[in-house]
Amino acid sequence: MRSVIYLVIGVFFGIVLFKSEAASWFRIYEMFQFASFHMYGIIGSAVGLGILILQYIKSKKIKSFYGETIMITPKEKSFTRYMLGGILFGLGWALAGACPGPMFVLLGAGYIPILIVLISSVLGTFLYGILKDKLPH
Amino acid sequence: MKWIYDPWPWYVSGPLMALVMFLLLMVGKRFGMSSNLKTICTICGAGKASNFFKFDWKAQRWNLIVLLGVVIGGYIASTFLSIDTSVAINPDVIIDLQSKGFTSAGKAYIPELLYSNDVFNTSKSMFLLIIGGIFVGFGARYAGGCTSGHAISGLSNLQIPSLIAVIGFFIGGLLMIHIIFPLIF
Repeated sequence: MRSVIYLVIGVFFGIVLFKSEAASWFRIYEMFQFASFHMYGIIGSAVGLGILILQYIKSKKIKSFYGETIMITPKEKSFTRYMLGGILFGLGWALAGACPGPMFVLLGAGYIPILIVLISSVLGTFLYGILKDKLPH
Repeated sequence: MKWIYDPWPWYVSGPLMALVMFLLLMVGKRFGMSSNLKTICTICGAGKASNFFKFDWKAQRWNLIVLLGVVIGGYIASTFLSIDTSVAINPDVIIDLQSKGFTSAGKAYIPELLYSNDVFNTSKSMFLLIIGGIFVGFGARYAGGCTSGHAISGLSNLQIPSLIAVIGFFIGGLLMIHIIFPLIF
């Protein structure tokens, strides 16, 4: 039953990503040219509503549908890994025009060459795992 | 119901993405797509190469199911919920892109220059997609999250690390588009 819920949430997210055009290379390019409000509006309104949702969950101590406490473990404090990792991610995001969610959306939409990006991103993740201890964090 | 076939405006899409994050929290999970790439590495046996991949991947099975849903969602949206998938970006950007060789700008969902099936015979485009993918995967894990985990979930939780990561995403993106693109296109 829970698997069905996860699947439905995923389907919904996939539809939103495609229909919002957040999975479009062109929208990402346009965003980095500051030539449209569209992507900023998406991220801004998602974060704006997200802040309200999380503040509400925390202040009212809302439990999940299964009665568990909703715990959000804060990320460890650091600067280097977030900045360097972020920059590398941004370089790839702008070049391929897709971040991890949209890659899978585009696969479903039938753009076969996205498989190259997908497999390479798995490879990139693997390279990080190998080099992790040698990198500044 | 005609609106459903048009591109959805930001003020519909953004709040719906926040809803996805809310639903995942309410089923006791966290919003984050790039962790799936790590899980896929582990399933492929990467645990033999690095302890980073030694974890019980079955605990992440739920997220792989979400991911499968995302693929299905992409199929449904493009096949049944869209008539014209061309993206109406800013006309000035279309002119700029066409001068760089992106002739499908304004006429397609993603550029033919990089994503037509010819790419399998075009070594330059193929190379760029591979580099792009490696950077996305490497960067997401180094930064500990991607657009869903840091930009939406992390910023919503007012986490400073996520703010640093998102600033990094933009520095990288701007470097790519404004400094590197003129050299490669």
